[in-house]
Amino acid sequence: MATLQVKNLHVTVETEQGSIEILKGVDLTIRSGESHAIMGPNGSGKSTLAYTIAGHPKYTVTEGEITLDGENVLEMSVDERARAGLFLAMQYPVEIPGVSVSNFLRTAKTAITGEAPAIRTWINEVREAMTNLKMDAGFTERNVNEGFSGGEKKRHEILQLELLKPKFAILDETDSGLDVDALRVVSEGVNRIKDANGFGLLLITHYTRILNYIKPDFVHVFVAGKIAEQGGPELAERLEAEGYDRYLKV
Amino acid sequence: MTEATVRPGSTGHSHGGGEIPLQTRNERLRSIDPSKHTKIDGRDEQWRYLDSARMGGLDTNTLRDASSELKVSAPAEFSSDLVDASDPSFGIAGLPEDLPTANAWAAATKALKLTLSGEASEPAFISVGNLDNQSAAHLIIQSKTHARGTVILDHTGKGNLAEIVEIIVGDESALTVVSIQDWDDESVHTSAQFARLGRNSKLKHVVISLGGKTVRVTPNAEFTAPGAEVELLGLYFADAGQHLEHRSYVDHAVANCKSRVTYKGALQGKGAHTVWIGDVLIRKAAEGTDTYELNRNLLLTDGARADSVPNLEIETGEIEGAGHASASGRFDDEQLFYLQARGINELDARRLVVRGFLNEIIQQIGVDSIEERLNASIELELARGNH
Ligand SMILES: Nc1ncnc2c1ncn2[C@@H]1O[C@H](COP(=O)(O)OP(=O)(O)OP(=O)(O)O)[C@@H](O)[C@H]1O
Ligand SMILES: [Mg+2]
Repeated sequence: MATLQVKNLHVTVETEQGSIEILKGVDLTIRSGESHAIMGPNGSGKSTLAYTIAGHPKYTVTEGEITLDGENVLEMSVDERARAGLFLAMQYPVEIPGVSVSNFLRTAKTAITGEAPAIRTWINEVREAMTNLKMDAGFTERNVNEGFSGGEKKRHEILQLELLKPKFAILDETDSGLDVDALRVVSEGVNRIKDANGFGLLLITHYTRILNYIKPDFVHVFVAGKIAEQGGPELAERLEAEGYDRYLKV
Repeated sequence: MTEATVRPGSTGHSHGGGEIPLQTRNERLRSIDPSKHTKIDGRDEQWRYLDSARMGGLDTNTLRDASSELKVSAPAEFSSDLVDASDPSFGIAGLPEDLPTANAWAAATKALKLTLSGEASEPAFISVGNLDNQSAAHLIIQSKTHARGTVILDHTGKGNLAEIVEIIVGDESALTVVSIQDWDDESVHTSAQFARLGRNSKLKHVVISLGGKTVRVTPNAEFTAPGAEVELLGLYFADAGQHLEHRSYVDHAVANCKSRVTYKGALQGKGAHTVWIGDVLIRKAAEGTDTYELNRNLLLTDGARADSVPNLEIETGEIEGAGHASASGRFDDEQLFYLQARGINELDARRLVVRGFLNEIIQQIGVDSIEERLNASIELELARGNH
């Protein structure tokens, strides 16, 4: 049983006009096995929260803390956080020319577990995970995210989730840009991996349709750099019907 | 990124800085007489990125003939001789276009000639290294009709060397020449490599420049009959204080030939400087030409500088294709973040990205031992960069 805790998190970014505060006191606790959904308008700071947890150097934490089972996450480098069990499926996965998916996956797996996986079992594991996500086996020979369609990039993120087996997974708009079939395949993939590994899930989304597949235990409404309201799955339904107006007017 | 400017009086176009008026590439002086060549001077386009102080005396001093000191280790399909100017192949692939090369020509009265007959499954090695200061060497590599094989020219250790490499690719033959510059930090090296391609021949020419204070390699390829193909590949890795310069020139003098020029470089550290100039001339007679050249540079740190100038001159409209691309960019921190977010530590992540970037060239070399050595050297360079 693991706990990821975010307390009173304030985050700024440097801009040409000086530093601006984007997160303004976020509190959030996620435990193993729980599913949390974050919904909120564009620009409210959802990706900022995700990137800050993962340790992106662009964001500066000015106040508050992030802990993983009591350990101070903010003192860890990006790769240490990943090795500690945090995983971020990115909204915009990056292309890495000349680095094949198979090389990348093997290198990442070796880094996370601290030893190179046994070749035969690893190849089978990758193949099976790809079949589950309906990814063509040819992807392993391609360069990381290079020339991947939007949907293929998202499947590739979930493939990594399956293979790297983190304690906590943050999915930043993994559902955006997926067609109906892909949405189902990816959602079922997330559910299957979660059933197997029992990780804690933080799902950032604009749409309730993914929540029909992945049932959240908690829904958080994110507005202007903080959580404005939280509730159960019924909150998502209400947001779908009413939008964010009532939060923005305040 | 490049900026295109159309030159008046030409259907082609050139790129890059404009202070120095461009002559058509074909009009450049060729002479074995050192006194005919201009001194190394920033006003001359050829030397705009280098000054005499970095040349280790190769432009000013009398050089010592080191052709006989080159060590050859080759399978039976190759024969090697020391020849002089009376040899029919001496000087037929090209003549000096700059002062250090003319100095080398004057000093190296003998040339090491390596002749390939038949198909060699193993490469020939020529090693050059630990020379006394200010040496000159002249090499002739010739593949006979229908011959196939690989020659690896390996420069290591200390020494200042002005070198001439003539590559004569016989009709219907296929030759690979790999020139490795992996000198000690203080060494200075110029290498004028002239390739002359016969009918339906193929040349794969690979330049790998890693070590040396100043390295300037100028590969020229001239087509003499239709149906030939040249691939000029280059890979360089410059550290603080190093100057690595590559100037390629493909002369499409006849019809229906194909050329591909691909050079990639990584730079790190203060004062690391690389230059790539890619000249391609498609003459009036060269209908059906197919050419493409590309140069990419990856700047790993601040304080490094990569100059990149593609220059395409086209004198006929009847071509298959002609294009170029050139880009120099900083190391992408988003790539680093992505890899680190998957648990990979920073050094390994940088390694992956740089190796990935250079892979396009490494994969094409086709000699396992060289690929392994190169991978190891790149690891070393990255570790030295201390990221
Ligand atoms: N480098 C930067 N310079 C200026 N503003 C920035 C910078 N980085 C982020 N921001 C701003 O921070 C705010 C939050 O951005 P963030 O990407 O976290 O939003 P989001 O909630 O994920 O939005 P979306 O739903 O569109 O993905 C935005 O207004 C964005 O413009
Ligand atoms: Mg976002």
